[in-house]
Amino acid sequence: MSPLNITEDDLHAYVDGALTPSRRAEVEAYLVLYPEDAERVRAYRAQNEALKALFNPVLVEPLPDHLHALTVQPVNPTVNRKKWPKLKSWPLQQLAAGILVAALGGVAGWLGHGQYQGVERMAQVVPLSRQAAVAHVVYSPDARRPVEVTADQEEALVKWLSKRLGTPVSPPKLGALGYELVGGRLLPGNAGPVAQFMYQDATGQRMTLYVTTENAARPETGFRFAREGEVNVFYWVDGKFGYALSASSAKGELAKVATAVYDQLDAKK
Amino acid sequence: MDSRAIIAELPRLRRYARAMLGDRAAADDLVQDTLERAWSRFAQWRAGSDLRAWLFGIMHNLRVDQLRRGGLPTCGLDDDAREVPTRATQNDRLEVMDLESALRQLPDDQREVLLLVALEEMSYAEIAAALGIPIGTVMSRLSRGRERLRQIMDSKQSGANLRVVR
Repeated sequence: MSPLNITEDDLHAYVDGALTPSRRAEVEAYLVLYPEDAERVRAYRAQNEALKALFNPVLVEPLPDHLHALTVQPVNPTVNRKKWPKLKSWPLQQLAAGILVAALGGVAGWLGHGQYQGVERMAQVVPLSRQAAVAHVVYSPDARRPVEVTADQEEALVKWLSKRLGTPVSPPKLGALGYELVGGRLLPGNAGPVAQFMYQDATGQRMTLYVTTENAARPETGFRFAREGEVNVFYWVDGKFGYALSASSAKGELAKVATAVYDQLDAKK
Repeated sequence: MDSRAIIAELPRLRRYARAMLGDRAAADDLVQDTLERAWSRFAQWRAGSDLRAWLFGIMHNLRVDQLRRGGLPTCGLDDDAREVPTRATQNDRLEVMDLESALRQLPDDQREVLLLVALEEMSYAEIAAALGIPIGTVMSRLSRGRERLRQIMDSKQSGANLRVVR
């Protein structure tokens, strides 16, 4: 027990962002005085990031058929049971190569490709559609904390994200298509902050719009479509902005919304 | 519990199982068993309660059963995996390879809690509920797991430095 009554549990809750602001400030004051604990906290945080970088690629792997089949209730789960043949063991070699680049840059959203790139060249490595798909898969199923700032504080959300991205960004209005804004969050991109806006239809189906400003070097593109695991993504580059709209809805439905988003953003210029 | 809700949880279940077991086939088998058990018991799931916590709880119990039976297929890092063609910064590669193998060296219960915190970002209370253990146990496993992982990584780091010297 320290003079500030900071316990081991407090240090872990600090690492995991689970403290109240006042307690967090006390822990920070404590860490200034106890550099060994500060070093442990730094290492534990790095563990969290490295573990995400290592295993997040699994999120967008296509589902094997035998798992996909189990997303609907089996007619008779006990009788119907089959053991499927074991897959070949994990292609570690290929994955490890991709993983190392990810952990180095601390990019949680990296998706392993067997490429040997220097850290400084990482910015081009993760395609926009994949980044967006991972962000979609990570946050959209979250029932309680899907966004950092909710739509009832839209003004604050727009101000905050615009400030962090260094350029005005705002969520398009998709109410006419049946999608209401849930809110948004700030995420780490390849080289800096990116924004994610989340929408939801009346059935609870979610759609996310991923906005980056890291595309100065890329030529403009028309609409592109990608299927990343279970997620469909429409994406395009417009000036310095890259946009990606992700959902598990059908391609046609998504195209309709993407067109509306594009038109609204275009009208603002 | 409907298909859409389950599809939404599947990527996370797979990620967690992969991190727990290390082996792709074994991990997907565990996810498959989890889904089968979930469907056979879905009457027990209360609509509106946390589907994810429920599924992770089922997966945990299956794993405890497997370990008790001792029949769990395991797959260590095979030696070939270390022969990845090199690039300039070998130390970095070793460090990342080592995170995976260091994770394997943690006791099961510590690895489980650490992954639920780090990957799933579940709260300590949610983890306690999903695993059916007191929150104090969650904290002590987390604390021991993190410190052990740190020490393994630190010792490997110095070892790795020695290995790559020409």
